[in-house]
Amino acid sequence: MSKPKVAFFDFTSCEGCQLNKLNFENDFLDMLEHVDIVEFREAMDDKADEYDIAFIEGSISTPTCIERIHDIRRRAKVLVALGQCACSGGVNAMKNLHQPDWVREEVYGNEKYRFPSIPAQPVSAVVKVDYEVRGCPMSAPEYLHIFKSLVMGRKPEIFDHAVCVECKLKENECVLDKGMFCLGPVTRAGCEAICPGNGQYCTGCRGPISNLNLEGAVEMLREHGFSETEARKRLHLFSANELV
Amino acid sequence: MDLQINVHHLTRVEGHGNIVIDMQSGQLKKAQLEIVEPPRFFEAMLKGRNFHEAAIITSRICGICSLGHQMTSLKATEAALGLAISEQTLKLRKILVHGATFQSNVLHALFLAAPDFLNVGSVFPLINTHKEVVLAALRLKRLANEIGELISGRAVHPISCVPGGFTKLPTNEELAALREKLVTQAIPDASFVVEVVASLAGAIPDFVRETEYISVYSPQEYGLYDGQICSSDSGLHPVDDYLRVTNEFIVPHSTSKHARFNRSSYFVGALARFNNSSALLSPLAKDVAARLGLQAPNYNPYMNTVAQVVEVAHCVEDTIRLIDELLATGIKAEKPNQEPTRYGRGMATTEVPRGILFHDYTYNRQGQIEKANCIIPTGQNLANIDDDMKKLVPEIIGEGKAAITKKLEMLVRAYDPCISCSVHLLDVQFDE
Ligand code: SF4
Ligand code: SF4
Ligand code: SF4
Repeated sequence: MSKPKVAFFDFTSCEGCQLNKLNFENDFLDMLEHVDIVEFREAMDDKADEYDIAFIEGSISTPTCIERIHDIRRRAKVLVALGQCACSGGVNAMKNLHQPDWVREEVYGNEKYRFPSIPAQPVSAVVKVDYEVRGCPMSAPEYLHIFKSLVMGRKPEIFDHAVCVECKLKENECVLDKGMFCLGPVTRAGCEAICPGNGQYCTGCRGPISNLNLEGAVEMLREHGFSETEARKRLHLFSANELV
Repeated sequence: MDLQINVHHLTRVEGHGNIVIDMQSGQLKKAQLEIVEPPRFFEAMLKGRNFHEAAIITSRICGICSLGHQMTSLKATEAALGLAISEQTLKLRKILVHGATFQSNVLHALFLAAPDFLNVGSVFPLINTHKEVVLAALRLKRLANEIGELISGRAVHPISCVPGGFTKLPTNEELAALREKLVTQAIPDASFVVEVVASLAGAIPDFVRETEYISVYSPQEYGLYDGQICSSDSGLHPVDDYLRVTNEFIVPHSTSKHARFNRSSYFVGALARFNNSSALLSPLAKDVAARLGLQAPNYNPYMNTVAQVVEVAHCVEDTIRLIDELLATGIKAEKPNQEPTRYGRGMATTEVPRGILFHDYTYNRQGQIEKANCIIPTGQNLANIDDDMKKLVPEIIGEGKAAITKKLEMLVRAYDPCISCSVHLLDVQFDE
């Protein structure tokens, strides 16, 4: 069997997910033994015609993005969305809460039509996405799991329980109990509760669990001393498209 | 002589940009770097956000510069809210800045710029032909990540850096283990990388254009974490004068704004820092600069990559010094200081790998952001890149289109542009 052809593409993003991927230096050279990287603009000049697996970072936020993603989908056997920008719109989707035309005008004045911008959308709003690696940045262990499964022809496992479950397994001190904010009870696990593990609150970067009770979550945060407006605002940080 | 060059979506840079050259009958009509990265409207997102969130949000402007954005954001918030930080926090933050700087510099010099010097299209062929140096670079990068993971919880989008301090601290043992790796592994690896770069120095194009160099300057240390604004033309300026220094303006060929101060353009980044602060480099870094033939002031923008390598040595050596100071007193348990003593405007500057960065926030009495502005290094370099291209193209016009294109691509890469950062979008005013 020839090595699978793998390509990486970036759309509207901070490129943090791609960087996070490069951060498995130890696994990186091993990985190259098993796959052929055929396109990766940030690191190389080559371009390819087709790919067995295309990894997509970033949101769809301009008309050109839509054309590009259709083209990539046509060439790709399997398409994986990397990181929250690609999976849900991520932080980029916060701009959708503002009047787009007005924001652009403030920035570019009369030149605004040169820089078209549409609401930031997940990749799945435009083309079929086969797998998602959530998180901002995407969770490293989850990425490796999906990558290895696909290369070995297995079906990856997908999480849909709350970060709190992982957090309790890790025996972290609960930051909510310490008086801090936390979105762990309503956020999808898979990151090993890395933020509470570092004494910081969960900002909900992996998006809500699928059976989210939004009003219940707001009420829970209110009981912990956070106003309804504050709770909703922080829930929107990474999930504006899913929750508004 | 007619010449049209259009490099669409330049590779081996962070973000999306095109190089466009148009020469008709020997007249240069156009020489510019077009920024086509989709804008992301960060200042709009910051409006109404709590002071705990500012650094979390601005970190997402750019993954590569996430630590630098966090540091600048935290300093601006602390200045606005009157939050003092401890000596320990200060030292830990300086170590984080060193780690992020040497990581990014290694990545750029070896993985993105070096392939040009060796006439290959990416770092991947070098894994076979230059395996030892690729491995040394990967080890340096790995160690920089370990610094980030140990002190801030995660290398990309750090977790535990918050206004007023840290939510988790490293132990003395962990710091000692890190020190050991820096001494036994990072110093030899950095020296090896220096030798390889020295052997490639002949491939660095010979081009000179003197311009204005702007960086953070501190009389006590090589300016990275904090200091005043230093211009090679007009000297020192307080941080609160940053708008007067950057003078941003819109150009139609870029989604990112341009900047100018005393001239039509200015340079920010490793070469600007080196030109303004080389006397304050660590002893090892001074040796490396001598070995690589870099002397201040240097006016060749391609030498920015060499200045980055000099800084790798500085950051590794100075991190060892800072760890020694921390270990001499031992890490003290302390909570972040998050009790505001005032509400108002705070401005801050830090050197990120690509140059001087500014954040400016105004907070209301609820501790929420009313107005925000971030000025990013790559945006400040864009006018300077255009000016370089205008001088360079006529000088090398006889070399043929392929060679010219390559030199232009190398020029843009030498600036290590971070295009995602530069289109985060600036100065959004809110009228409500
Ligand atoms: S998901 Fe987060 S880390 Fe990944 S590209 Fe988007 S903003 Fe960057
Ligand atoms: S810290 Fe957050 S994630 Fe962890 S148990 Fe408490 S609420 Fe859940
Ligand atoms: S703990 Fe929350 S914010 Fe942190 S990585 Fe996990 S989901 Fe994201």
